[in-house]
Amino acid sequence: MMMQRQFGEAMLEVKNISLSFGGVKALTDISFDILEGEIRAIIGPNGAGKSSVLNVISGFYHPQEGEVWFRGKKRMGLKPHEVAKQGIARTFQNIALFKGMSTLDNLMTGRITHMKTNLFWQMLWKGPAEREEIEHREKVERIIDFLEIQSIRKTPVGRLPYGLQKRVELGRALAADSKLLLLDEPMAGMNLEEKEDMSRFILDVNDEFGTTIALIEHDMGVVMDLSDRVVVLDYGRKLADGTPDAVRSDQSVIDAYLGVSHD
Amino acid sequence: MTDTFPKLLIRNADAFGDKTAIREKYLGIWQSWSWRQKRDEIFALANGLAALGFKRGDKIAIIGSNRPRLYWGICAAQCLGGIPIPVYQDSVAEELQFVLDHAEASFVLAENQEQVDKVLEIKSHCAALKTVIFDDTKGLRDYELEDLHDFEGVQKKGREFEASNPTFLQTEIDKGSGDDIGIFLYTSGTTGKPKGVVLSNSNVLVTAVNSVGLDNLSRDEETLSYLPMAWVGDHIFSYGQAYVTGFCINCPESDETVATDLREIGPTYYFAPPRVFENILTSVIIRMEDAGSFKKKLFHYFMGVAKTAGGAILNGESVSVMDRLRYRLGDFLIFGPLKNTMGFSRIRLAYTAGEAIGPEIFDFFRSLGINIKQLYGQTEAGVFITTQPDGEVYADTVGTPSPGVEVKITDDGEVIYRSPGVFQYYYKNEEATRETKNEEGWVMTGDAGYFDDKGHLKIIDRAKDVGKLNDGSMFAPKYIENKLKFFPQIQEAVALGQGQDFVSVMINIDLDAVGNWAERNNIGYASYQELAGHPEVYKMMLENVEKVNKDLSSDQFLSGSQIKRFLILHKELDADDGELTRTRKVRRRIVAEKYNVLIAALYANETNCHVKTEVTFEDGRKGSIESDLEIMDVKRFEVIDQKTAKAS
Repeated sequence: MMMQRQFGEAMLEVKNISLSFGGVKALTDISFDILEGEIRAIIGPNGAGKSSVLNVISGFYHPQEGEVWFRGKKRMGLKPHEVAKQGIARTFQNIALFKGMSTLDNLMTGRITHMKTNLFWQMLWKGPAEREEIEHREKVERIIDFLEIQSIRKTPVGRLPYGLQKRVELGRALAADSKLLLLDEPMAGMNLEEKEDMSRFILDVNDEFGTTIALIEHDMGVVMDLSDRVVVLDYGRKLADGTPDAVRSDQSVIDAYLGVSHD
Repeated sequence: MTDTFPKLLIRNADAFGDKTAIREKYLGIWQSWSWRQKRDEIFALANGLAALGFKRGDKIAIIGSNRPRLYWGICAAQCLGGIPIPVYQDSVAEELQFVLDHAEASFVLAENQEQVDKVLEIKSHCAALKTVIFDDTKGLRDYELEDLHDFEGVQKKGREFEASNPTFLQTEIDKGSGDDIGIFLYTSGTTGKPKGVVLSNSNVLVTAVNSVGLDNLSRDEETLSYLPMAWVGDHIFSYGQAYVTGFCINCPESDETVATDLREIGPTYYFAPPRVFENILTSVIIRMEDAGSFKKKLFHYFMGVAKTAGGAILNGESVSVMDRLRYRLGDFLIFGPLKNTMGFSRIRLAYTAGEAIGPEIFDFFRSLGINIKQLYGQTEAGVFITTQPDGEVYADTVGTPSPGVEVKITDDGEVIYRSPGVFQYYYKNEEATRETKNEEGWVMTGDAGYFDDKGHLKIIDRAKDVGKLNDGSMFAPKYIENKLKFFPQIQEAVALGQGQDFVSVMINIDLDAVGNWAERNNIGYASYQELAGHPEVYKMMLENVEKVNKDLSSDQFLSGSQIKRFLILHKELDADDGELTRTRKVRRRIVAEKYNVLIAALYANETNCHVKTEVTFEDGRKGSIESDLEIMDVKRFEVIDQKTAKAS
């Protein structure tokens, strides 16, 4: 029933990245690529360096060695907001929303990198600033519709249950109109139904907006179902890289996850 | 002659084409379509259906929540002489399959991916089913199937078709007549499999015209269409009456936003089952509990005023000047703002039906000046059997026969009726048709009732449910259940007693109300199950059940059926588990089978019972929950003989 999924060229390439904090080596010589239009999972046991990889991509950490290439260009020490401007958005392992603000306002903050009018016009409000706001609001409303969160549009996010907060966070990342979406454990702490909903939304985002997605996730069932390709990390090194099926049957992955008997 | 709905559509578009016909909240804004725009949309769809091969007599199932495009689907099918079949949107695949297969639907108009997935799953079991059309494209981009079309694509085909066949549609519409089959409505099936009620165009049309006349409904009404399209009430209120008068219907943004949308629209004409009014009252009470003491005092004082004066003013009875003044003040300070919060500021007329409504709930709304009335109806009648005329509204009766309807009580006490709205037959079920409708057109309702001395019909219970306890006292389960359900803490109740020595009940707590109460009383709980089984909750319930007993003790017929034992169920009765119908009526037989362990324990005088119950999740998978339930005994009251009480 489904079309054979086809992907474009490499959108992002990580080449021989090494990252250390003082004497602690977080990542050692990691290389992989993310193709345009795919859902790419990064998995590994606790402390394997998954979040570090994501932080490198989002410009939060700067690796001591190696290069990050985005859309055919080598990226030189950008700040996170500059990375965001390039079209990379992310969500966080521990929700990082503005708790006191409504869902709508949180989503509007996602549009901030696209706002063009300056403080003067914003204060004057009439004219370009108003037109711009209407434009952004429509974009945000489409996301609200897409994520089916109409009923919590005006609710302060601090009052929402965890699963919905995660959805709002996804919404904010979507509002940034990004080309590449980084999801750090989008399903952590969710119950089965919430996980199913979130999986559906991730697939739909990829399908509807053509957004390339890189995600970190612990739930293996989810990873295997959702992703097109998986990269496996352990102790800061790359263990395996390939389709879910290939990775599942890789002996080194099985050893890392289940442990090896030393007899 | 305007004897079909497509003809009415043309009439409306010609007569008042710029008037808003339908609204839908989309992207946070109420989008609207005028009658002319609505006609064009429907015609494009109808032509598109024709281009896809939809012919006279073909059937199209319509599955989804209240969306303008789905309503248009009904009329588009009727334009071509086809038969629309709205289906409950939360039906699981199995239920959907039964209806689609039984009705031999060849087309489906589905709201979204969820519904499309369900239809594709069962498609191979439905021989006639060919073409699927969907409204919302989200997630459906990669579905590459020959007979799957998006709504706009079909309309585009329709416009092309119209260009080469400009007179086709008008000819088809002209061919339609009032005697043609207009719609199939599948009953939710309180007993057994759903039955397809066949209504002709004039069944719906005449009923709509009569009811519009009774309540002087005009083109200026605004309604909120939020009840299932598959339910006959919505078909009459949101379709029949809207086409007849030309009033505007409003589709909510989503199922979860109905309360907000209600407030934004402020309907003038509103329909809701008692459950909805009950929920509104519960939430008002919960929120008042959270209010400051001054506000609380003010609220209770003026609600007292409303209780004495409000209903009487609404009924046109004489009320003292002082009371009228106090009521005015209350309206300014309390009732007005309260009605505004509930979305009832502009309400002129509200109906409730489907179940008995608690007198407290009924009086609460009427005392606020909301003209809420009861009606008694059935799918088979095209809704209306009896309605309460203005000024003759009582909580415990359902009114006098609606215009054009004859009502009789049989010798067995069963209510029967005959009207222009009476259905044609049950689709492919002659036996059931014969059992329900006789040659002279009288229809059995299956309800036991009588006319009181004011000439108003009073319904006691389902005729077959009224029974006797072993000591011969009369037992009407629904009567007891309704009394229990009038407490905001009780969501659902099942009374047992037929052929037993005494009455016992199984209760579902209302999670919102009891949860709030628990919070207030520092009772911690982790789940529905834990809260339901909490000793403090039991203690509170015991008081409620005793109040019901006290109430029953003064009833001349039912004082013998006071409740002796009760328990609180560990799970909510759910339509997905087959325990309720889709319209949320208890399926007694299934509940009795499923909880036979509990029933045995209730009558074996045990004080607790272990139970394991299978539950069905929304996606159709199954799981089970286990629990130890406590069973409590209830105090029963001396029967007060009313005659002696009065004498002394």
